[in-house]
Amino acid sequence: MTIEELERIRTEARQILAERGERFLPDGELKPPRPGEVRVVLRNCGQIDPKRIEEYIAKEGYFALHKILNMTPEQVIDETKRSGLRGRGGAGFPAGQKWFFARQALASRPAPADGAPPAYLICNGDEGDPGAFMDRAVLEGDPHSVLEGMAIAAYAMGATQGYVYVRAEYPVAVEHLQTALPQARRLGLLGKNIFGKGFDFDVDIRIGAGAFVCGEETALIDSIEGRRGEPRPRPPFPAVSGLWGRPTSVNNVETLANVPQIFLKGADWFAGMGTEKSKGTKTFAIAGKVKNAGLIEVPMGITMREIIYDIGGGILNKKEFKAAQTGGPLGGCLPAKYLDTPIDFESLVAAGSLMGSGGLIVLDENDCMVDVARFFMDFTQDESCGKCPPCWLGTKRLLEILTRITRAEGTEKDLETLEYLTQNISTASLCALGQGSVNPVVTTMRHFRDEYEAHVRDKFCSSGVCKGMFHYEILADTCNGCGACRLKCPDKVIKGAKKAVHEIDQANCIVCGDCYKACKFAAIAIRPRPTPKSKLPECG
Amino acid sequence: MTILAINGKKIEAAGGTILDVARANGIHIPTLCHHAALAPQGACRLCLVEVKGMRVLQPACTYPISEGMDVQTDSPKVRTARKFVLELLLSDHPKDCMTCETCGHCELQDLIYEYGVKETPFVGDRHLFPPDERDPFILRDMEKCIRCRRCIRACDEIQAVNALTMMNRGFRAKVATAFDTRMQDSNCIFCGQCVSVCPTGALTEKDSHGKGRDWQTTKVATTCPYCGVGCNFDLNVRDGKVVKVTSAWNAPANKGALCVKGRFGWQFLHHPDRLTTPLMKTSFWKEIKGTEGAPSPYKGFVETDWDTALDAAAGRLSAVRSADGPDALAILTSAKCTNEENYLMQKLARKEIGTNNIDHCARL
Repeated sequence: MTIEELERIRTEARQILAERGERFLPDGELKPPRPGEVRVVLRNCGQIDPKRIEEYIAKEGYFALHKILNMTPEQVIDETKRSGLRGRGGAGFPAGQKWFFARQALASRPAPADGAPPAYLICNGDEGDPGAFMDRAVLEGDPHSVLEGMAIAAYAMGATQGYVYVRAEYPVAVEHLQTALPQARRLGLLGKNIFGKGFDFDVDIRIGAGAFVCGEETALIDSIEGRRGEPRPRPPFPAVSGLWGRPTSVNNVETLANVPQIFLKGADWFAGMGTEKSKGTKTFAIAGKVKNAGLIEVPMGITMREIIYDIGGGILNKKEFKAAQTGGPLGGCLPAKYLDTPIDFESLVAAGSLMGSGGLIVLDENDCMVDVARFFMDFTQDESCGKCPPCWLGTKRLLEILTRITRAEGTEKDLETLEYLTQNISTASLCALGQGSVNPVVTTMRHFRDEYEAHVRDKFCSSGVCKGMFHYEILADTCNGCGACRLKCPDKVIKGAKKAVHEIDQANCIVCGDCYKACKFAAIAIRPRPTPKSKLPECG
Repeated sequence: MTILAINGKKIEAAGGTILDVARANGIHIPTLCHHAALAPQGACRLCLVEVKGMRVLQPACTYPISEGMDVQTDSPKVRTARKFVLELLLSDHPKDCMTCETCGHCELQDLIYEYGVKETPFVGDRHLFPPDERDPFILRDMEKCIRCRRCIRACDEIQAVNALTMMNRGFRAKVATAFDTRMQDSNCIFCGQCVSVCPTGALTEKDSHGKGRDWQTTKVATTCPYCGVGCNFDLNVRDGKVVKVTSAWNAPANKGALCVKGRFGWQFLHHPDRLTTPLMKTSFWKEIKGTEGAPSPYKGFVETDWDTALDAAAGRLSAVRSADGPDALAILTSAKCTNEENYLMQKLARKEIGTNNIDHCARL
């Protein structure tokens, strides 16, 4: 492959794209960027056919790779450092620095005698946070941007073999990668002597078996090596001793997809977006009680208010915003007072949460914070690898206490035990999963302590979530007797004449909540039960 | 040399982990998943120490020392974390030390004693596996397992058998064979390395149950009689009877490793059928001594002493050699003998008798 050939392919493919109206997915499937969005990583998603390398080349694809092969690896690292690109997997480690460390480690060691690759570049596509699908969108919609980013990173750090580690739950992403790899090899953009510059690099796919913890880089390396994925203590860091004991850099899909753009448009362009310490854009998967749920890409430093209200369209059903869970199950719940905090790596950590991979779940007044913490703890406990006791046993004890509290069996002592557990789990656990597992509990206890206390002392769930800890009452001075609740009630326990105040027969009410949802006049309220019911039978 | 400070004390060391350096300098750091014969893995979180500049506590067993490092091994923060881990482990552990086979040399028990964990603040589910007695030799009482993975690592690193692995995740994670079969149906060879490294009563020697705790037995170092490798181990003796074999980790030939025979095949020692004196054929005895001889429980044999037996054998061998020449004799030795014993036998054949008819069964 020469640059002339690449330019010829670009010219031809641009024609095809122009004829198709610069889009691949039909109307309705490809949503144009909403005001406030800036698409860098998602720039090609939905616009090009991900199964045709020519269309990626039409979008300047692989030109960055050609460009950097005329630079020294050190220059590539410096340029990346200058752009301020930080890892998008959650921790926000500077990407250039990571490659620098791996390159340094590589230089200090002899090459393997058996001709095996001296160093490895791994793309982490094991996106496991519930409700997060940023990496999936990129791998499915623009796989070549990730492969090009990998080739650039590999050149910088000195790797000759790359792996894309992708979840088995993303069959389309796997299929598109499987299509993309032979295409890139056929054009000589992967393989031996790329662009005739003496740089060898090839990529293989490794499919995860569904463990959340394999997103942790050392567990991911174990998994590629064919073992059970479990985090290892660091040091040694993967940059020094990673895959098969060789220097390895593990970079997130989104990080790598940013790389070609940085070299096409320049480090200054990239550094021009975002905040002082967090540069560029970030993709977020907004979910929960928000009108426009879905994937967005915004410049770093945007506030949560802008994301939720301007881009997200506000809260569903005119309810009140209560909190937003950022960073997935290891992140935290931030209440309304953080709505105007800029979203960048440092600010979120200072607020007790995490950037994470970019999940953002919006919660409203009908979400119980204790139950939210319990939900995330259930997830983390299930996904704990079982290696260190603070995590496999500590999260179990946390989950048990939270479950007790949401079943009206909690005591004030339980709150103390919760605090004792969270403090120690975060300092004693082996990896980020254990250390971060307590964040949902810590942040909800910090910002919504009153809810925990109401659950424990009054056995009252004011959000109307924890069964047996509340009932519905019709407010006599608001009810206008429209009868909507009476008609909706499955057990016919609401009585009342037309245009007269209705009443619920509490003794026979099953607290299903249909009346609460049906009432258009906010005349049904969540109130404490005179006698809370504990030990409710388990049911779906 | 690297200079670092542990608990404010300046220490010079050539390298290694914080644990290595601390132990070499007489500083106590508790461990549970660590075992000298196995690669460290930093899982149990008992050896956590404070390293200045690090956000969270670090495991001493895997953390390499570096110049100017400032380590605290016994600060309140460290002690709290260790106690916390012990409280968690105790919340998932049966408190049946009174009847536990391992009581007295249980590492969990020792640590719980050291940290004074009388009660655990955590109430919740506990693993309730019934003791698994389906296998010969090894009794697996998995509710006592603390998931330190020493057994898995011993099976992998020492024995290279890989019969054991972790299965499931979170609270359900447990040590199991592939597909969770009994050990007989896995590729387990019952070498018992897993038993020798287990810090609790989860894996114990089935035949030794109830025969004596650690403090009731004395350890007698010996060499295994089964083959010529010359493995050393400790016989655990109570009231003149062997009740168990345990690994001698400093043994030069086997470094603590044993096979199924060495570790579990000691019952023959006290078997009533075991020969304890030489036997001589009644006809042979009559020929030499001219008497009937002392009766023995074995038909056609009389019991004798070593001198008589050896004299008789030597006399008959000499007679054959004089009558028919040295090549009329042949010696077959045993792989159960040591190298030295086999050497002596070939010397007897070649030098004393004068024949090359010497061979060896070369198998067990």
